[in-house]
Amino acid sequence: MPPLPSGSVGPTGHTEHTGHTGQSHQRGSGHSGRSGGSGGFPGRGLAKGLAVTLRTMTRRSVTDQYPDAQPELPPRSRGVIALLEENCTVCMLCARECPDWCIYIDSHKETLPAAEPNARARTRNVLDRFAIDFSLCMYCGICIEVCPFDALFWSPEFEYAETDILELTHEREKLREWMWTVPPPPALDPAAEEPKEIAAARKAADKLAAADAAAEAAAAAAQESAGTTPPPGGEEPAP
Amino acid sequence: MTTALEALLRCVAVLVVFLTFPLVIGQTEHKVMAHMQGRLGPMYAGGFHGWAQLVADGVKFAQKEDIVPAGADRRIFQLAPAVALLPYLLVLIAIPVGPGGFVGQALDAGLFFVLAVMGIGVLGSLMAGWASANKFSLLGGVRSAAQLLAYELPMLLAAASVAMAAGTVSLTGILGAFHWWWVPWQIVGGFVFFTSGLAELQRPPFDMPVADSEIIFGAYTEYTGLRFALFLLSEYAGILVLCALTAVLFLGGWHGPLSADLGWLWTLLKTFALAFVVIWLRVTYPRLREDQLMRFAWTFLIPLALAQLALTGIVKVVIS
Repeated sequence: MPPLPSGSVGPTGHTEHTGHTGQSHQRGSGHSGRSGGSGGFPGRGLAKGLAVTLRTMTRRSVTDQYPDAQPELPPRSRGVIALLEENCTVCMLCARECPDWCIYIDSHKETLPAAEPNARARTRNVLDRFAIDFSLCMYCGICIEVCPFDALFWSPEFEYAETDILELTHEREKLREWMWTVPPPPALDPAAEEPKEIAAARKAADKLAAADAAAEAAAAAAQESAGTTPPPGGEEPAP
Repeated sequence: MTTALEALLRCVAVLVVFLTFPLVIGQTEHKVMAHMQGRLGPMYAGGFHGWAQLVADGVKFAQKEDIVPAGADRRIFQLAPAVALLPYLLVLIAIPVGPGGFVGQALDAGLFFVLAVMGIGVLGSLMAGWASANKFSLLGGVRSAAQLLAYELPMLLAAASVAMAAGTVSLTGILGAFHWWWVPWQIVGGFVFFTSGLAELQRPPFDMPVADSEIIFGAYTEYTGLRFALFLLSEYAGILVLCALTAVLFLGGWHGPLSADLGWLWTLLKTFALAFVVIWLRVTYPRLREDQLMRFAWTFLIPLALAQLALTGIVKVVIS
C-alpha cells in the first residue's frame, strides 16, 4: 500500500500523525515509512475499533427488559420506605431529621390505668397518622438511619408511580404493606463481629445458664454434705 | 406482446426488490447497531424481536403533516426526494443478479449507465438544501456537492480499472470475464470504490453533510412526513445499490461454488455481507471533519485508484 496521506484518516490516526511528524523533524530524518505511532502497521487503531464493535456484538447485551422481566435489584436498593408501625414510638426523630420535611406524624397520648392498686398511671403515645410524601422525598435515607427503634426500612419496591402528584403521599397502611417486601438483611461477612442484639441475648442466656448451673451445683453440694444421712427411702446400705 | 409482458414483469420484480431490500438492510442496521452497542434494539413492533419496526416507522411517517416552509422554493422542495430516490431504482434495473439473463435489463454500457445515474442521487440533496431556504440545509447541500465532486473521481477510476481488466463496460460482460484471481488483483480498486461509494451515500464516517450535531440534519432539516421517509429510504436503497455494485464489480457477483444454479444466492450473499460492513463501519468510526474528508479523497483515494489503474494496465499487457 502507498503511504497514508498527511493529515491521516481516522480520529486516532490524526493524533498519531501529528506526534509522528514532530518526532521525525526533531531527528532530522525524512519519512521512511510510517510505523503508525505506537508501533504496528498503519491503521492499527482503526482495526482495533472494528474488533471492539464486533466483539461487543457477539456478547449478550446488557439491557434489562424491564416491563417484561423484573430487574434483579441488589438487596439494599432504595426503592421505597416501609414502616413497621408496631416499633414506632412517635419519637418524631424521623420527621425532624427529614431534610425536606416530607414525613407527617400525628399522635395523641393515652393514659393506661394503673396495673396495681398503688402504682402510678402510665401514659403511652398512640400513632394516629404516619405519612410520607414521596413527591418530596429525595431518598436520602436519613429517617431510616435515625430511627432508634427500627421502625423504618428500605424496600426495593419501586413500581408506585401515580398520575396525580397528590396520590404520592402514602399513609401508614400502605407503608405497612411495603414492609412485606423488605428483604432479610444480607448475611454478615464470615469474620464479622456478632450483631449487638445477638451478643446481648447470648450474654443474658449465658448469665442465666451460669446461674442455673450455680444453683444446681449448690444443690448438689448440699446433697453431698448431707450424704452421711441418707435421704428417706434411700436404698444405699449405711456403711 | 410477450416481450412487453416480460419487460413489465422484470420491472415489477425490480420494484419489489427496491421496496423490500432497503427495509431489510434498515432493520439489520437497527439490530446490528444495537448489539454492537450492547443494546437490544427494537423488540416490540411485530411481536418477534421488533421485525416490523420499519413498517411501523413508515406508518408513522405517512400520518405526519407534509410541511413546506413559507420561504422555500415549493416545486424544487417537493421534487427533491424523488430525485434522490429514483436514480437508485434505475441503477437496480441494470445490476445482474444471476447468470443467464437474471437481470432487470442488461445494458451494453451498463457500467457507464450505473455510475452516471448514481451521481444524480446527490442532486436530490443539493436541491433539497437549496430549496429549503434554511442556512443549515444549504450548508448540508453544499457539503453534499463538495463530497460528490471529491469522491466521484476515485469511484470512476476504480470502476474503470475493472472495465479495463474485463475489456468491456457491460456489467454482465464483466462478470462473464471474471476469474477468481481478479479479487486479489483488483482488491485496492474495490476498497477505493466501496469507500468512495460510502462517501457519496453520506454514510458515517463520511456523514459530514448530515452531521446532526452541528447542522441539524443537513439538507433534510426542513422535511417531514413521507418526503423525509423517502430521503431515508434513498439512503438505504443507496446502500443496496452500492453493495450490489461492489459485489458485481470486485467480488465476482454470481461466481462461487454451484454458481450455475445458485448464482443469485451468491450475489445476494455478497451484497448483504457488504451491507453488514457498511453498518459495522457506521457503528465503529466517528465522523470525519470536513477537511479530513476532502484530504482523504484527494490525497489518498485518488492516488490509490491511479495506482490500481496502472497495475491493471501492466498485468493486462503482461497477460496478453
